[in-house]
Amino acid sequence: MSIHGGIGQSLPRKEDARFIRGKGNYVDDIQLAGMLYLDFVRSPYAHAKITAIHSEEALKIPGVLAVITGKDLDAAKLAWMPTLMSDTQMVLPVDTVKFQGQEVAGVVAENRYAAADGAAAVQVDYDPLPVVTDPIKALQPDSPLVRPEKEKKSNHIWHWETGDRPGTDALLAKSDVVVHQDLYIPRINVSSIETCGCVATFDTMGRLTMYMTTQAPHAIRTVFALVSGLPEQSIRVISPDIGGGFGGKVPVYPGYVVAIVAALKTGHPVKWVETRMNNLMSSSFARDYHISADIGATKDGKLTALKVKTIADHGYADAAANPSKFPAGLFHIITGSYPFQKAFVEVDGVYTNKPPGGIAYRCSFRVTEAVFTIERLVDEIARKVGMDPADFRMKNFIPPEAFPYKSALGWTYDSGNYGGALKLAQQMIDYAGLRKEQAEKRKKGELMGIGISSFTEIVGAGPSAQFDILGLKMFDSAEIRIHPTGKVMARFGTKNQGQGHETTYAQILATELGIPAENISVEEGDTDTAPYGLGTYASRSTPTSGAAAAVAARRIRAKAQKIAAHLLEVSPDDLEWKDYKFQVKGVPEKSKTMADVAFAAYTNPAPGVEPGLEAIDYYDPPNMTYPFGSYICVVDIDKGTGQVHVRRFVAVDDCGTIINPMIVDGQIHGGLNMGLAPALYEQITYDEEGNIRGNSFLDYLVPTAVESPHWETGKTTTPSPHHPFGAKGVGESATVGAPAAIVNAIVDALSPYGVTHIDIPVYPWKVWQILHDHGVT
Amino acid sequence: MASTAIPRLTAPLPIRGATRKIHVTINDVPFDMAVEDRTLLVHFLRDVLGMTGTHIGCDTTHCGACTVLLDDRPVKSCTVLAVQADGRKVRTVEGLEVGGKLNPVQEGFAAEHGLHCGFCTPGMMMTSVALLAKNPNPSEEEIRRAISGNLCRCTGYVNIVKAIQHAAKASGGGP
Repeated sequence: MSIHGGIGQSLPRKEDARFIRGKGNYVDDIQLAGMLYLDFVRSPYAHAKITAIHSEEALKIPGVLAVITGKDLDAAKLAWMPTLMSDTQMVLPVDTVKFQGQEVAGVVAENRYAAADGAAAVQVDYDPLPVVTDPIKALQPDSPLVRPEKEKKSNHIWHWETGDRPGTDALLAKSDVVVHQDLYIPRINVSSIETCGCVATFDTMGRLTMYMTTQAPHAIRTVFALVSGLPEQSIRVISPDIGGGFGGKVPVYPGYVVAIVAALKTGHPVKWVETRMNNLMSSSFARDYHISADIGATKDGKLTALKVKTIADHGYADAAANPSKFPAGLFHIITGSYPFQKAFVEVDGVYTNKPPGGIAYRCSFRVTEAVFTIERLVDEIARKVGMDPADFRMKNFIPPEAFPYKSALGWTYDSGNYGGALKLAQQMIDYAGLRKEQAEKRKKGELMGIGISSFTEIVGAGPSAQFDILGLKMFDSAEIRIHPTGKVMARFGTKNQGQGHETTYAQILATELGIPAENISVEEGDTDTAPYGLGTYASRSTPTSGAAAAVAARRIRAKAQKIAAHLLEVSPDDLEWKDYKFQVKGVPEKSKTMADVAFAAYTNPAPGVEPGLEAIDYYDPPNMTYPFGSYICVVDIDKGTGQVHVRRFVAVDDCGTIINPMIVDGQIHGGLNMGLAPALYEQITYDEEGNIRGNSFLDYLVPTAVESPHWETGKTTTPSPHHPFGAKGVGESATVGAPAAIVNAIVDALSPYGVTHIDIPVYPWKVWQILHDHGVT
Repeated sequence: MASTAIPRLTAPLPIRGATRKIHVTINDVPFDMAVEDRTLLVHFLRDVLGMTGTHIGCDTTHCGACTVLLDDRPVKSCTVLAVQADGRKVRTVEGLEVGGKLNPVQEGFAAEHGLHCGFCTPGMMMTSVALLAKNPNPSEEEIRRAISGNLCRCTGYVNIVKAIQHAAKASGGGP
């Protein structure tokens, strides 16, 4: 017996009805009476003293109403704001700019064009200062100081380490085989197709409504209250439809704050929407990790120890979006799918004259950096030991019977069957056949490579003992109201940005409540109506709010059983929940549906039972969840151009219980594209003066349908033992797992020439250079 | 003449610069309006007429979120001036559903999960409509090439290809 739209069905998405008609409601679609537009004057320098800002010409332009500078904000003590990592960043500079493209002054006007004209007409006088963009140079004693206003006169922000340093050193020294590898994981930009923006408006009672592109509306409301001094109940944050988030819409950017100030100053609603160039030069940056790693194994191919040293380039402020206790995020998932005896990781955060970085790029807090590193290193040590990379992984995987498994760096993995996923991937792609083909092609001098990545993720942040953002514990919530007619309104503390929550949350409730999904409406994103939660990122919605939905629904069911017993004139103990109904045990024809119970809850309450049928749950997960999978990629390389062609890519994922197979596959496809992108195409670079090289989609190469392979997917299912219905989260697995599979395939193709690593993105010229050096091309 | 089907702006865009009168037919509804010379077609649609289904994703004609049909040809409306639409026909995502009947492309995108966040979807669908009008039975490669001017960050394109194949089949083309 199934219920319409229950867990496990590929239910078509509820939200699509508006999106396919162009009736989505994104921030830039909001039009309010008397609304003004905000644009910014931006710094042409990466580091400079501002000596004067001349607004007169701008204010002469018809339609320009105000110019807001750092000095204006400073008077209200709003020139600086806290970052999510308890650092500080500028809203607008009072006297110094720290990166190219930084907001220098806000211009408010009647329409977008006048605002842009006004921003172009503001004249700013600068005295350029020395610039540092390389974090290694930034750590040298003679480096220019990025944050001289700080007490610590150094560009070093923090040092973080975990694991057993002497034990790891000793074991590496004893290991038969050790591989050392340096890897650079470049700065990239999430480039959701919708940029960031907001509309700020005050009502006559002084209450602020903030429509904004945020993945975490409740947390933002609390931060605004703490920073501005406005009473928290006088702030309403509404996150409407979001055109992609991927972590870029977690932080607070200066534009949001200046829009609020401008609305206060003008008495009008104020809209700010970034242009793409603004976005690519000032917000939504991820990664920028300089990694140096050593991995050891015995001569017969058993992994022993792992040691990793990392320089983390944060730009001019540590505005990363990580849990407070973990300045390097969950980078210590780096032992991956393997039972290392010893491991040690250290990370040093560094300031440079770049915009703040460290958001996630569709990833759970630095998990991609970790997975890319371990999966690259495992390939290299397998090669050195002389084993096939698949056989090497099979030999080393944490075995299924070892779960729950405590990793060398202290995480307790909930469940896994790593060999099962790799085996399925090998079958799907015909691994043995490919190796044969490769051997034949090598004889003919053709370049074909096969790459594997067997990743373990850590998502679903997180247990309150370890996880908080600015002190706010990372639980999440669900509130269910069953109306008298048996229809449901459910609200959540998370926030959909394309993941399909309106559909999948309804599916969870359909299964738990026995009410068809079509009768269940899901709402998120309005802090006036939704229960408090920390929002959607790090694949946390299903592990936290999804779990809360099940717990709250089960609470409703317990109450409903008493009401059903009253209606059937039996004791609650005589009833069982079967086939989505309360049935009298042994007398299945005597039964009541949840809709029957709901009507009674409002019209015929059971004696001693509170009327109504509602529940709320704030779910504090007992552990993280650990999705995993094995990906296999086949590449062909053009010897003449160095162009890499991804011929096939098979992704086998295990995200525990699957709520909607169609949506899970869609999430995997999209994640794979965001794994392909940094592996082959995307990178944000700066010259020595801090000029950004390429801040449009002309230079920042988001893959099109032509470069993107026809992704193939497979599944194994290993439920999470601690989640109420066994789900783990899936939105980011593929972004995390894919890059190593692609790079491993390229290195495999080039290994006959002694190649052991190529830094991403693997542009054709890098490959061509190698081929050229070996006289191949 | 403004259609009642189109939401009226509560605060019309103030016109400050030189203007020109244009006659443009949008989704079969004729409009005679004065627009500032430099107004982009996408801002005319969104900010003047309040038709917000057409989106803006970049400033440089790369992302295709703003794709509309101009005399049945897909164009990026962020790189067309409203005055260039004078005397011509524009079709936007709001004009795909006719008389309560969805276009097969709209049905295909919903049926095959060809969208996640929905932001690139209107532009992607307009390009798809133009492709199928020209080539009712495109191969996967032809589809991928046709939509290569429309960026999607969420879906990885596999299901967008399927959505267009679904529409081709429903329209009588396709395998």
